[in-house]
Amino acid sequence: MNGDDHLLEDRTPGVESHEAMASVLWYTVGLGLAIVATIASFIVAQTSLLWPPGISVGLIVLALAQMGIHLVFFLHLGSGPDDTNNILALAFGVLIVFLVIAGSIWIVANLNANMTTMPIK
Amino acid sequence: MKTETLEGPPIESAERRHTGPAPARIVVGYGFWIFILSDMVMFSALFAAYAVLSGNTAGGPTGAELFNLRNAFILTICLLFSSYTCGLGALSAERLRQDGFLTFAALTFVLGAAFLFIEISEFAGMIDKGAGPSRSAFLSAFFTLVGMHGTHVSLGLIWLAFMMAQVAAKGLGAVVRRRVLCFSLFWHALDIVWVGVMTLVYLIGVQ
Repeated sequence: MNGDDHLLEDRTPGVESHEAMASVLWYTVGLGLAIVATIASFIVAQTSLLWPPGISVGLIVLALAQMGIHLVFFLHLGSGPDDTNNILALAFGVLIVFLVIAGSIWIVANLNANMTTMPIK
Repeated sequence: MKTETLEGPPIESAERRHTGPAPARIVVGYGFWIFILSDMVMFSALFAAYAVLSGNTAGGPTGAELFNLRNAFILTICLLFSSYTCGLGALSAERLRQDGFLTFAALTFVLGAAFLFIEISEFAGMIDKGAGPSRSAFLSAFFTLVGMHGTHVSLGLIWLAFMMAQVAAKGLGAVVRRRVLCFSLFWHALDIVWVGVMTLVYLIGVQ
C-alpha cells in the first residue's frame, strides 16, 4: 500500500518519470481542447446571434479558459508537491499582471473622464 | 511491485524526496518559470498600453477596418500546432528518442516560421496602406505589442535552431534535456501570450 501511494506521488507533473501526465495522448487532448476554445472564440466574435455588449466578456472568458488548458496540458502545471512552487509563482505573476492591466485601464479611464476638452489644433 | 521509476525501498526514496534537494530538472524548470512570469509581467504592461490606447485612432484606420480575422485564425492555428509539435518533441527528448526530437523540432520550426512570415506580411501590408506605427497611438500600441510577441517568436526560432544543432552534435544528455525543457516552456508560454493577443487585439478589436 505504501508502495502504491508512492507510485501515485511519482506521477506528479514535471518530475523525471512523468509518463502518466506527459504522454502523446495528454498533448493531443490539450490540442483538441485548445482548438475547440479557439474556434468557439472566432464564432463568438463573428456571430450575430449573441447580445453584442456581452461578446467581449464571453471572449475574455474563453481566452482565460484556453490559457488554463495550455497551462495544464502543455506546461503540465498540476497540483503535485513538485509544482507547489510553480503554482505559487504563477499566482504572484497573475496578481501583478492583473494589477498592471486593470490598474492602468482604471486610472487612465478616470483621467480621461476628468479631462477638460482640449481645443483641436 | 518493482518498477523502473522506483529506486530502493519506497520509504527510503520517499524520505529522500521530502528532505533532500529537489532534482536539477525541477530546480531548472522553476528558475525558468520565474523568468517566464517576469516576461508575462512585461507583456502585461504592453497589453495595458494597448487596452488604454486602442480607441485613440487620431482619425486614422480602426482595428475593425484593418484586421482580417481569417488571417488571425491561420496565425493562431500555426502557433497552436507548433506548440503541440514542440510538446511532442520535448516528450521524445525525455524518452531519449533523438530522431523523434529532431523531426518534431523541425516541424515546430516550420510552423513558427510560417507564423512569423504571415505576421510580417500583415505588418508590411498595413504599413503600405499608411497604417504604420507612427499613424496613431492605437497603431503604435498595436505594433509594439504584436511586434514584441513576434520578436519573442523570432528569438525562439533561433534558440530552437541551436537546440537542434546541440542535440544532433551532443545527443540527449541530462544537460541538453534540461535546455530542451526550458525551450519548450518558453514556446508554450509564447502561445499563451498569443491567446491574449488574439482575443484582445483581433477578436475584441473587430467588434
